Amino acid sequence: MRFMILIKATKDSETGVLPSTELLTEMGKYNEELVKAGILLAGEGLHPSAKGARVKFSGGKRTVIDGPFAETKELIAGFWLWQVKSKEEAIEWVKRCPDPMPGTESEIEIRQVFESEDFAPSDPTGELMEKERQLRERTESKGR
Amino acid sequence: MTASATQRAIDAIWRIESARLIAGLARLVRDVGLAEELAQDALVAALERWPESGIPDNPGAWLMATAKHRAVDLFRRNKRLERKHEELGLELEAQQARTVPELDAALDDDVGDDLLRLMFTACHPVLSTEARVALTLRLLGGLTTGEIARAFLVPEPTVAQRIVRAKRTLSEAHVPFEVPRGAELEARLSSVLQVIYLVFNEGYSATAGDDWVRPALCEDALRLGRILAGLVPKEPEVHGLVALMELQASRLRARVGPSGEPVLLLDQNRGRWDQLLIRRGLAALERAEALGGARGPYTSQAAIAACHARARTPAETDWMRIAALYEALVQLVPSPVVELNRAVAVSMAFGPAAGLEIVDALLSERSLEDYHLLPSVRGDLLVKLGRLDEARAEFERAASLTHNERERKLLLDRARASSRTST
Repeated sequence: MRFMILIKATKDSETGVLPSTELLTEMGKYNEELVKAGILLAGEGLHPSAKGARVKFSGGKRTVIDGPFAETKELIAGFWLWQVKSKEEAIEWVKRCPDPMPGTESEIEIRQVFESEDFAPSDPTGELMEKERQLRERTESKGR
Repeated sequence: MTASATQRAIDAIWRIESARLIAGLARLVRDVGLAEELAQDALVAALERWPESGIPDNPGAWLMATAKHRAVDLFRRNKRLERKHEELGLELEAQQARTVPELDAALDDDVGDDLLRLMFTACHPVLSTEARVALTLRLLGGLTTGEIARAFLVPEPTVAQRIVRAKRTLSEAHVPFEVPRGAELEARLSSVLQVIYLVFNEGYSATAGDDWVRPALCEDALRLGRILAGLVPKEPEVHGLVALMELQASRLRARVGPSGEPVLLLDQNRGRWDQLLIRRGLAALERAEALGGARGPYTSQAAIAACHARARTPAETDWMRIAALYEALVQLVPSPVVELNRAVAVSMAFGPAAGLEIVDALLSERSLEDYHLLPSVRGDLLVKLGRLDEARAEFERAASLTHNERERKLLLDRARASSRTST
């Protein structure tokens, strides 16, 4: 299963303070460990929300709001996408992460990514049944 | 933490730590089987103590220290291992006498090499292929005997026995715990790659049982492949294999219909293909090719898979290129199965008659006698040529040969569809 690991923003990350050379080195080492363990699928750091925007939906209306956004603790400063066997494994890996925001309290959040089987209840017949019908009638070559 | 929460946390720690624990211990005691038993002992100790004491800050170091103590105790006391005691006891005690941090540092330094040694040992040619698979999943994948048994649909005692025997064989053959050098490296590496791909394929299209795919097994194989790519980053075929697995795995969720039936490549909803895995696969393929691996069998197959991955619709598939890649692959690894795949590609590029010509030449091939895909492909081509009665017979024959229930049902449906259209 996949987990999205969200590094929460802090005042520093939101004001664009770059990580120290030391932290960058440590994070590099940690990332390498994740790669060598075969669990890292993707990961990026995000610019401060000042460079971002939001689009608000309300009925048919769309409103664009430019950053920065106020609720720092709810914002994201970076993410990883991991493939692991359990939430516990993700937690164990996060516990090994270097302190991402030294000198200030910060948080890393672990969220499971939806897999296709999670959607089975919301795809009752429709398209998938149509696929099955086609499968029965068409006899295209088997390949991988 | 509740007891079951601690249990789950220990499972997770085991998954992360077991391979390097076993690998480090194996270097210490020069015996993979014994190393695994010591690691298991440490796990049992953790299961006994951690629910009370809490999980230590560095659980990996705790497990390693515990296992090392057991190793020393064992060598001191166990008469059954007297011979080993003579060989190794002194060395171990001498090592133990040195400061522990020094030893830990030495173990840490070599973690990568240890893991690689473990992989090469688990896939040693003195073992049967089945034993290599079971041992690799157990020692490097951290799977339990029960998990391996479920994955390969064999009884648990069979797997347990396979593992015990494999460990004994390695020990009796005095298989050194090392990475082979020179010319031997290539041969041994191909055994490691074969084992990983075998695990992947068992997950990707199960040879038996009720499920057409078992994604968890694909994930295990991918993880092993990615680990191996990190350990030997300069070997093109390792990246080729990873590319092939990433690209194939990108289609896993499109490969199964709502009631678990197989959905063939050209019928798949490409919107359900995993674009992240496709990007990772294409990147791994580029690395393999940049390292000069374009003519390696895994890299070639990855190149074929990449042709499918790049086509946004089935009609955009570059069948000419795929047929050419198969042509090269047949030269590289002459095999009737590859030739059969080439027949499919040729039929798509140059028409069903050209494909059928290749397939018919394979009919006398004894190794394909019981291979259900031969009549299945032949049936496809016959349908396209309008020879429906012959096609029906081929689909029925294919259905009688497959051991996978999902696939059997699909083939019988096709047989019925052929006869319906012909009457």
